[in-house]
Amino acid sequence: MQEKYDYIVIGAGVVGSIIARTLSRYEGRILLIEKEADICMGTTAANTAIVHAGYDPLPNTLKARMNVKGNAMWDTLAGELNFPFERRGDFVVAVGDEEFPELETLMTFAKKNGVPGCQILPGHEVRRREKNITPDVSGAVWASTGGICDPFQATVAAAENAVMNGVEVKLNTAFEEFIMDGDRIIGIKTNQGDFLSRWVVNCAGLYSDFVMHQAGVRPEFKIRPRKGEYFVFDRADVQIDNVLFPVPTDKGKGILVTTTVHGNTILGPNAEIIDDKNDTSTTTSGMDEIWAGANKLVPSLSKKHVIATFAGLRPMGNGPCKTPGVDYNKDFIVEIPEKVRGFVNLGGIESPGLASSPAIAQEVIDLLKDAGEEMKVKKDWDPIRPSRPRFREMSQKDRKLLVEMDPSYGRVICRCENVTEGEIIAEIHAPIPATNYDAIKRRTWLGTGRCQGGFDTPRVVEILSKELGVSPLEITKRGKGSKFLFRPTKKVEN
Amino acid sequence: MLKKDTYDVVIIGSGPGGLAAAVAAKEEGAEDVLVIERDTELGGILLQCIHNGFGAEVFNEDLPGPSYAQRYIDETLELGVEFLLDTIVLEVTPDRKIFASSKLHGFVEITARAIVLAMGCRERTRAMIQIPGMRPAGVYTAGTAQRFVNIEGKMPGEKVVILGSGDIGLIMARRLTFEGAKVERVCEILPYLSGLTRNYVQCLQDFDIPLQFRHTVKFIYGKNRVEAVEIAEVDDKWQYIPGTEELIPCDTLLLSVGLIPENELSRQAGVELDPITGGPYVDESRQTNVPGIFAAGNVVHVYDLADWVTWAGLDAGKGAAKYAKAIRAKEMELIPVIAGKNVHHVIPQAINKRSLEDEEIELQLRVLKPIEERTIIEVHDGKNQITRKLERYVRPGEMNTIVLKPRHFADVEKASNITVEVNPR
Repeated sequence: MQEKYDYIVIGAGVVGSIIARTLSRYEGRILLIEKEADICMGTTAANTAIVHAGYDPLPNTLKARMNVKGNAMWDTLAGELNFPFERRGDFVVAVGDEEFPELETLMTFAKKNGVPGCQILPGHEVRRREKNITPDVSGAVWASTGGICDPFQATVAAAENAVMNGVEVKLNTAFEEFIMDGDRIIGIKTNQGDFLSRWVVNCAGLYSDFVMHQAGVRPEFKIRPRKGEYFVFDRADVQIDNVLFPVPTDKGKGILVTTTVHGNTILGPNAEIIDDKNDTSTTTSGMDEIWAGANKLVPSLSKKHVIATFAGLRPMGNGPCKTPGVDYNKDFIVEIPEKVRGFVNLGGIESPGLASSPAIAQEVIDLLKDAGEEMKVKKDWDPIRPSRPRFREMSQKDRKLLVEMDPSYGRVICRCENVTEGEIIAEIHAPIPATNYDAIKRRTWLGTGRCQGGFDTPRVVEILSKELGVSPLEITKRGKGSKFLFRPTKKVEN
Repeated sequence: MLKKDTYDVVIIGSGPGGLAAAVAAKEEGAEDVLVIERDTELGGILLQCIHNGFGAEVFNEDLPGPSYAQRYIDETLELGVEFLLDTIVLEVTPDRKIFASSKLHGFVEITARAIVLAMGCRERTRAMIQIPGMRPAGVYTAGTAQRFVNIEGKMPGEKVVILGSGDIGLIMARRLTFEGAKVERVCEILPYLSGLTRNYVQCLQDFDIPLQFRHTVKFIYGKNRVEAVEIAEVDDKWQYIPGTEELIPCDTLLLSVGLIPENELSRQAGVELDPITGGPYVDESRQTNVPGIFAAGNVVHVYDLADWVTWAGLDAGKGAAKYAKAIRAKEMELIPVIAGKNVHHVIPQAINKRSLEDEEIELQLRVLKPIEERTIIEVHDGKNQITRKLERYVRPGEMNTIVLKPRHFADVEKASNITVEVNPR
């Protein structure tokens, strides 16, 4: 007997998870599938974590509209779902007089896109607000609505809230093809069996081209992954309190120097078009490029304080997009295609996809309504995902109370980030269980500090093994093929 | 559970430095001495160092790490030192309040009359040396792999490449070989060994494990688990030499690329750190800039022998007990000790002149560059030599010492600073 759903969402990145959560407000049975061993494993797992203000996208594009609308929705989203989000504002920094005119262009975009709270600041004022900035700064666009967030926690919180409201989540489940009835999609085939559904939503990110091609939609559309590499600094050594963009170029928004909600300064990304959707490697040339770019904005940075490097892929489309007259890869696709029924198609949701995601989810609801769906609101929909204790963020007084309530919060497993056994156990038994090391890392921020998991890894393996009731030899870093350990050591013969 | 909330001396960490400090503090007359250890047993990293090579200096014996630790554990127990195990210190304040947390003992607040920081060191990671490539499972620091093998009894890999010729990497090359793994290669970016020569001989040479100097890892392959590493030769500026690349299939990359003193707690307490060593500035009693806070062992600078750490711990424990009893000389006349020619750093970074009146002060140093011939270590006051010592060779991987004796007091008293330098004879 095949399971029957009203909506299947393919892909549990931030877009898929927020769409699933938004759909869960309405009546209907919903399935969210993810090919990896955890949610939030693709583009959402490796980006700059910025909720863009919206002065960057070309005016009159869907991307511009989604960005500005989405940005305004983040306070409510973070408030309901309880994940870290700070509306700090951001700077686009012009270095030298020759870059200053670019700021006027951005202001024009900001005005056309309807971005509130933007103004040009003179160089001395920028220096006053960020003491680490280059003395060559000639001015900056200040966008007060720019924000920073934790994309992992945002995605986990949205997906958990979806589960609380009845959405089913299937991990390690890869879409293979559609089940069609004439021109209507009636389900999907996956590596875990077939699932029937009245609607399927394509949130496959880097693989959104594959999914739409399987539906016969936009055969000319192709994702061209744009790789971006990053440096992360030890927050004890480097503290940049602001979000600093360079002036944008054809290649994108450029190499930033920015703070994060965890207090670590990060640098990046560069932008390299690649072919391999699995290639999340860092490279010598990429790291050199980031370093040069970041030093232009903040000359005082030292490589001595780097504690992590990583790379992420952005699912940039080659076009065509939804907006007539707009160049290839400059816009999102969010549509219900005319020639296939039962399909909501998304594509090319690269930056500012994170900022846009709540607006995109609303757009999907509107499209479904336009297509004749009733979209009846459930009476018992609960928008609140309660937060769980985070030892590292608590005062000593609150820690004391927490440990008295549950002693497992007294055992610190990650010494750099002060993550406790209690927090790890809570994540293993959460609505979407964290069953591997990276899943716990992304949810708790464990292993992200200066020792990069050197201390906690054996201990986390032990806790996972105990809580999941499996051998330590079965514990993985991030799912299939990524085991930490191979076999027991030799037995001592007496 | 804790007997009280105020102690004469509280020691953070129960490795060789912490245990020795506890013994010395008791022997110096401190009444209540408490050691806080984050692991479930005493001994620190010594417990996973099941190889021999410990104790030659302190006990004139060749012991494995756990046995070496046990000597001091037994002594601390006899002396009535108290312990909190499985307890992590979260914060130390400049006025010596300690916040700690434990599953067993709950949330703990203690005030100490004196504190000895003995947190040891941590390993440098892949990111710190920025090895390009993928980020799969199977990239471990040598110490993490050592814990997996020796404490957990599990093998973290079968086909292994080791980057760095630090001691733990060399030891693990042999250990993994014993357990049936194949160590394909050890690469060292420097033209000389980072670890002890004896470890090279006993752990690599004896097992025919190839070591390549001036080589490093250029790229890590593998999406989920390490599949191969590309290594390459480097020039004097550490740039890859084109054409020297070699792909080595393997499932594991171990990193033994240096240790860094672990000083996150020290910083919170207002302890000033030396950017050269990464550890606190200390004087000859191992006192930091914060009165009553002492530091000993690898938390100050990285030693190559645990025996040295023990001695540093003894000094710190004695200093802390004296401070706690308020008999420490209040009038200090500190003069800086400067790292001169071919010297990376000297510990202590400052000495109290008056101490030299009635006791020896040992200066510990690391050289910048090896000298493979007869070498002179010299202490001078800028103009005149105070003392000198002859060595057969000096190597960055092996710490050197030179002792100032009470008979040097007259010279040191006149000096505004003293400098240590190392030159070929």
